[in-house]
Amino acid sequence: KLFVGEGNPHCVKVLAVLELTGVKCDVQLVNNEERVVPYLTRPVLPVLLLPSGQHLFSPNTICQYLLDVSGQKASDANNQWMEWETTDLQPAVLQALHMMALQGKRSEAVAVMEESLGHLEHNLKKRSTKFLTSDVITVADIVLWATLYPILSDSSFEAGDLRLVRGWFDGVVAQSACQSAAQKVLHGKSSEALKTFLQKLPATQTQRRDGPTSSSAAVADDTEHVMSEQEIEEAAQMWSTGLKDSHAAPQRNHPILPQEGKRNVLLTSALPYVNNVPHLGNIIGCVLSADVFARYGRLRGWNLLFVCGTDEYGTATENKAREEGLTPREICDKYYAIHASIYKWFQIDFDFFGRTTTDRQTEIAQDIFWRLHERGFLLEDTVEQLRCESCQRFLADRFVEGVCPHCRYPEARGDQCDKCGRLINAVELRNPQCKVCQETPVIRSSKHLFLDLPKLEGELEKWLDQSTGAGDWTTNARQITRSWLRDGLKPRCITRDLKWGTPVPHPDYKEKVFYVWFDAPIGYLSITANYTDQWEKWWKNPQQVELYNFMAKDNVPFHSVVFPCSLLGAQDNYTLVNNLIATEYLNYEDTKFSKSRGVGVFGDMAKDTGIPSDVWRFYLLYVRPEAQDSAFSWSDMALKNNSELLNNLGNFINRAAMFVSKFFEGRVPDMLLGDDDKRLIAVVSWELKQYIQLLDKVRIRDALKCILNISRHGNQYIQVNEPWKKIKGGDTDKQGAGTVTGVSVNVACLLSALLEPYMPAVSQTIRTQLQAPPNCTGAMMQGAGTFICTLPAGHRIGTVSPLFQKLENEQIEGFRKRFGGQQPEEESDKGEIPSMASADTKLSAGVEMNSSVNVQADPERARRLAEQVTEQGDKVRALKAQKAEKSVIGEEVAKLLELKKQLALAEGQEPSNQKAKKK
Amino acid sequence: MALRELSSLEKCLGLKKPTKYSTQGERKVPVLQNNNGAALVGLVTIASHLVHEAKKAELLGNSAEDRAVVQQWLEYRIARVDNCPKDELKVILKELNQYLGDKVYLAGNVFTLADILMYYGIHHIVVELAIQEKERFLNITRWFDHIQHYPGVRHHLPPVVVLRNRVYPSGHH
Repeated sequence: KLFVGEGNPHCVKVLAVLELTGVKCDVQLVNNEERVVPYLTRPVLPVLLLPSGQHLFSPNTICQYLLDVSGQKASDANNQWMEWETTDLQPAVLQALHMMALQGKRSEAVAVMEESLGHLEHNLKKRSTKFLTSDVITVADIVLWATLYPILSDSSFEAGDLRLVRGWFDGVVAQSACQSAAQKVLHGKSSEALKTFLQKLPATQTQRRDGPTSSSAAVADDTEHVMSEQEIEEAAQMWSTGLKDSHAAPQRNHPILPQEGKRNVLLTSALPYVNNVPHLGNIIGCVLSADVFARYGRLRGWNLLFVCGTDEYGTATENKAREEGLTPREICDKYYAIHASIYKWFQIDFDFFGRTTTDRQTEIAQDIFWRLHERGFLLEDTVEQLRCESCQRFLADRFVEGVCPHCRYPEARGDQCDKCGRLINAVELRNPQCKVCQETPVIRSSKHLFLDLPKLEGELEKWLDQSTGAGDWTTNARQITRSWLRDGLKPRCITRDLKWGTPVPHPDYKEKVFYVWFDAPIGYLSITANYTDQWEKWWKNPQQVELYNFMAKDNVPFHSVVFPCSLLGAQDNYTLVNNLIATEYLNYEDTKFSKSRGVGVFGDMAKDTGIPSDVWRFYLLYVRPEAQDSAFSWSDMALKNNSELLNNLGNFINRAAMFVSKFFEGRVPDMLLGDDDKRLIAVVSWELKQYIQLLDKVRIRDALKCILNISRHGNQYIQVNEPWKKIKGGDTDKQGAGTVTGVSVNVACLLSALLEPYMPAVSQTIRTQLQAPPNCTGAMMQGAGTFICTLPAGHRIGTVSPLFQKLENEQIEGFRKRFGGQQPEEESDKGEIPSMASADTKLSAGVEMNSSVNVQADPERARRLAEQVTEQGDKVRALKAQKAEKSVIGEEVAKLLELKKQLALAEGQEPSNQKAKKK
Repeated sequence: MALRELSSLEKCLGLKKPTKYSTQGERKVPVLQNNNGAALVGLVTIASHLVHEAKKAELLGNSAEDRAVVQQWLEYRIARVDNCPKDELKVILKELNQYLGDKVYLAGNVFTLADILMYYGIHHIVVELAIQEKERFLNITRWFDHIQHYPGVRHHLPPVVVLRNRVYPSGHH
């Protein structure tokens, strides 16, 4: 069944071919606006509905299909014309028609058509046949003719000398099939009948399509900034002014307090929950990101305080304590130490790393509570809960089990049934049991306090408008906040029946503590209070203080809606967040981090890999999930270490310094700047300015790229100027070698400053090797950023040694296994990170693809083997459960391992032991 | 780009002798210089020619209907996906995603040339998708992952990581 529309030129060819081939088919005239094909966004005609139910919506394909069913085969030459029609002729014709019929630009339309018509004329000249490809009319002739018909049949279109095209065109028109088709669709009124059709075409189809496209636009972002002569001259002059004594080296005196006339920045990182060891995703999400920004701010000379600490109250801690047979306090002490040591290893430079279980916390939380209470922002309500009399406590949802009221599943939990999946209110459970003592709990109603968020909504919105308008809020933070407000705020319960928490001071709620979401953010204040008694100078001083909150996106609503409401309601001139920086999630390889499955790298294990903390920092920041989720991948980490750190950054800095030691006895040589040198200085200055602009906006990952760009430029500069050759030449050459070396080593010094926030240890090592003056880092980071000559001629540098080590494939494979958990091994080459593959195609193309191995994969065999592996696995588990003899189990385990190996082979992977050898 | 694609296609088809291609015009349309005279121009034309050469005509479809469907998606690839303006991307992804909703391959239940060339053509788009978008265009992602693991197809392109677990719940909150 064929659907056609009036005034639609695409329909002409289809009808012509239909008549010519004599295929029987039902033709229906429909409105051009009708959406015949369900899955296409815009209405398209003509459409041919095949007997199979498939839709053909491409006119050329329909023509070819009609030909195919009538028993004719299309030749390559025919196909070629059809393809040309699709990619070249059709877009040009649509554009020309649009100009002629709607805009009246006839001469422009002629220009648009010139190339296509010229191509056609040229090819017609070469042919030896009557029509395009043979002496009889073919589908290509009709398709091309039909596309050109609206243009060439318009007598006002002056196409110039196209004798052969005209001849061919008239030859096709002579076919009665063509005439009647054109008549049917266009009523013989030519372009006029098209107007309505053209007006409704999307702009994309009527504009020339070889303008900037998605892929080339992405590339354009990366293209180098073009320097003007003036820019180059200014950069060179700035450079020559050198370091002045007035540039003071940054120093920190505790306690840091806000100062008049300075930029006072208070920086917090979301408080990690104490009862778990943080994984890489947690680390990049808050503390590491915040640390980079804190270090950057200090370099910029801001008066900055960076606080964080562990969040210690709550049910989870109580549970953990019960599991490990310790008191909650002991658990907190134990894990606080673990957290602190992990962050220390990652060189997170907190001004203070505290905890929430302190007297200050109680004091401040209770003060905020009373203020809210006095001002009428708290509501009272009764909640029915299960209480275990023998344990003397109310049971949180996960502490109770019973029979599901819906499906009678006996082990339903207090909040949900695992069998039928339905949500349950704990009091609905039949035969509920306390999970701790197995006693039957009773239903008790219990009074709770709620924060009246709806009452504070107006004030909140007013503040949000102002804060998000003036500050840096990441897009996800804005979106999440907006969606919370859009859904409307409801009162939130702030009390809980627990022991481990900040006690509610109200006499009616003696047995209760504050709910963690209310309590935890107050930790920022109490931790600062534990750092200095004058904490209110930071937290009750919005006039002077600018507050940055760093977190992962799941924490956004608490920082943007709930906590600000507590503070606004307390009416005590609190400092509210000005800049809210939220990251997306970091995944591990192609799955999630999971402590229970042992998947992923956790903070305490990173150290054991022997990979330096700086390299971890670098890679995590390189894949920082800034605008979208990203993934940690071992092979990518090795690749980035080897290509970016070793071959690019490390190589440049090392070469620059080595030239000074080897060719100039460790003294920076005289520099006489030529054009090339000035140009490099200008390019580096520009990248430095970019770096500062980006980091001011907390675009941490993007700014890292500027560093790598600088060393790339530096490497090119050395490569082109070849100082190692020139040093052996005449005086001019020698002087050139000196200038290149001197400029390069100064670029290396700048790099050390830019690296400080990202790789503090490496940054320090570089400056030690170069014996750089301590005030050089801050000096170049003032204002918009100035690249100056900090190591003048005659400056003596220290001992130079390589900065980075290669990560070998064997090593990386080992780590991947070790941290891959117990799940079956994933295909070995799946480690690429999507967001980076395109940003750096050259690099990713260098990754080993193992495609040769994939070809040997045998899916059929793999499926059989997978079944056997499952079977054997079940057998082993059953034996273990029955406590069978060790030797028996061992035998079955061996069989299982052998099966797994074969499965890996069949799936196209190399077995692990060969892998190491091959590379 | 198109040239690498064609040479990958040759390997995928098991053609022994690598062919030399050139390009013409600003848009670098591939040209195949044949031994027996006339040159072939255009990606789809050359690709279809190679399929015949490799005696794997089934990759172009077994029935007239299948052939038409394959042809249609090849045309979609060169007409819509290639040089697709940025604001049009989402439209294309949406259409493909809906179309693939009840299909294993573009031509239904059989693997064809349309899958290979669409995969090559859409790779640079899929690579850029955020995980959330990959979940939104779930059918494309599933099809894409399937094709990239189809023996012998991937060649010059880096694999794209596809998560097995859903990160984002289907509704908001």
